[in-house]
Amino acid sequence: MTSTEEIKPAKAARNRESTGALSLWLNLLSVGPIAILVVLFVLLSLASPHFLTPRNLSNILAQTAVIAIVAMGQHLVILTRGIDLSVGSNLALATVTGALVYQATGSTILTILTMLASGAAVGAINGMVYVFGRLPHPFVITLATLSIAKGTALELADGRAIPGMPDAIRFLGGGAVLGIPASFFVVAGVALLLIVMARTMVWGRWIYAVGGRPEAAVRMGIPTRAVLISTYVIAGLCAGIGAVLLAGRTDAGSPLFGNLLELDTIAAVIIGGASFLGGRGHIGHALIGAVMIGVIRNALNLLNVDIFFQLIAIGIVIVLAVEADVLRTYLEGRVRTLRAARLQ
Amino acid sequence: MNSDIVLSITNATKRFGPVLALNDISLQARRGEVLALLGDNGAGKSTLIKCISGVHQIDEGQITIDGIATSIRSPVDARAAGIETVYQDLALFDNLTPAQNFYAGREIAGPSWLPLGLRFLNSRRMEAETARVLDRLKVILPSKEATVALMSGGQRQAVAVARASVFARKVVILDEPTAALGLREARKVLDLVAQLRAEGNAVILITHNMEHVTELASRAIVLRQGRKVGEIIPSKTNQQELVSMIVGA
Ligand SMILES: Nc1ncnc2c1ncn2[C@@H]1O[C@H](COP(=O)(O)OP(=O)(O)OP(=O)(O)O)[C@@H](O)[C@H]1O
Ligand SMILES: [Mg+2]
Repeated sequence: MTSTEEIKPAKAARNRESTGALSLWLNLLSVGPIAILVVLFVLLSLASPHFLTPRNLSNILAQTAVIAIVAMGQHLVILTRGIDLSVGSNLALATVTGALVYQATGSTILTILTMLASGAAVGAINGMVYVFGRLPHPFVITLATLSIAKGTALELADGRAIPGMPDAIRFLGGGAVLGIPASFFVVAGVALLLIVMARTMVWGRWIYAVGGRPEAAVRMGIPTRAVLISTYVIAGLCAGIGAVLLAGRTDAGSPLFGNLLELDTIAAVIIGGASFLGGRGHIGHALIGAVMIGVIRNALNLLNVDIFFQLIAIGIVIVLAVEADVLRTYLEGRVRTLRAARLQ
Repeated sequence: MNSDIVLSITNATKRFGPVLALNDISLQARRGEVLALLGDNGAGKSTLIKCISGVHQIDEGQITIDGIATSIRSPVDARAAGIETVYQDLALFDNLTPAQNFYAGREIAGPSWLPLGLRFLNSRRMEAETARVLDRLKVILPSKEATVALMSGGQRQAVAVARASVFARKVVILDEPTAALGLREARKVLDLVAQLRAEGNAVILITHNMEHVTELASRAIVLRQGRKVGEIIPSKTNQQELVSMIVGA
């Protein structure tokens, strides 16, 4: 704003045009992820005859479901400028505790509740230590719980997978209704609920406010701490739901599940177009990003590209997505400067 | 005359460790007047207004609002008491629209039997109310749906002042509201300040600009090193006196 005086009024006419051009770029950036997804679909169906088959698409949906669920929780955390590195271990621990409870009780309900509670509990620890421990950033605590949850899961399961899940959980994770994976409906249900909460409820507005400007949120009387903790609890709960789906699909609980899930979910959120700078993005971004990662993985498999290269490819896509975010922030700054100049 | 006193501070003291940021300050703010709060850097101006707006709490002394002793322990307390603050950094949410900014932390939502966080936003009412206020204050924005990230410095300042004006029932505090603005945008904000005063608020204005002080303020209080060193009625003729009071020469 200090530079506004430097821009001469003579340039006003040109400013008007360039604001239009800048706005166009901003709009392009905002539809970017969907456009890229569409292009990916077209290219891939040309590259491989197996890609656009109902069977493969249903496969993609099933494989994406866990990433999508957990990415939605991760998205809420990232909205508040946070990060949850523990989601993968959290999910693994939830499948293990669930499997143990199933072995001990044989109860479907108790098994599901255990997985959800285990996930939410780890999330609550993340949130409370972050807030009440007055940590500068959630990075460290979620890194710590990544290790703690993984260690606990390995210890509880003796380092091995625990086979056996009840029918209902196997159906949720691996079953299908009219050819559509059951897990898809779980994702859709959670997404719908979160969209309603984030878009239409006071709590959702508070999340965006806290993410947009934490100090201002405190001064405006928003219960910042409760809001922050709630996002970590929900992220943990989402890991718990992901645990139900994954345990169901594999008919087991395992301490080795969820490897690199933090990478996939953070990548999904960023690739989908939400901002690392906080307060921007919506559940749709997490979903688009998750599908994109699912599609990329699936395609590289179909095209016989090995798993090592897949990791490299996803890393590169993350860098591009973050750069797009930086570019968007820059463009917005230009628009603001030009608008101010026009008023002078 | 005394019934016009909205906010009264008596013998306020505030320490930050060994630093005596406020030392026995007393002041009164009256309905329908602008009170200028002047002082050099580090004089204690921001500390004083933060004690009024609930960001800090005074260690000793008393704050009364409309003659009733009130303890202000948080920003929420201050707002509930009818005190609105336009902070130097504006405290706007860049990612939200003007309407969302206006109602952040006090959203219009229902039904009331639900816990606050789970109530449903009444966006239409908040938007309509915001549009009404912006019109009344003659604030022109590029678009009411755009986030404030895309607005100019003056527009953002206007949004912050307008937000305060919606909820202000007694006192409006403005911390250097024109510091970062060009001439035209500053003029706009000064007009808003005059309007807040006309609406019957007690306005406390922190500024380093003596022109603005003589134009708007009916009284000026000068702080130096946490002490109140003077209180005068500013005019074109005593500007020099004010300045030397501020710097202590
Ligand atoms: N949170 C704090 N902790 C410790 N000391 C503080 C704190 N806030 C202010 N101070 C000290 O209190 C004194 C008054 O500071 P204050 O910010 O109120 O000054 P000011 O009049 O607003 O100055 P400026 O014009 O530079 O904004 C200074 O010595 C400052 O260092
Ligand atoms: Mg100050």
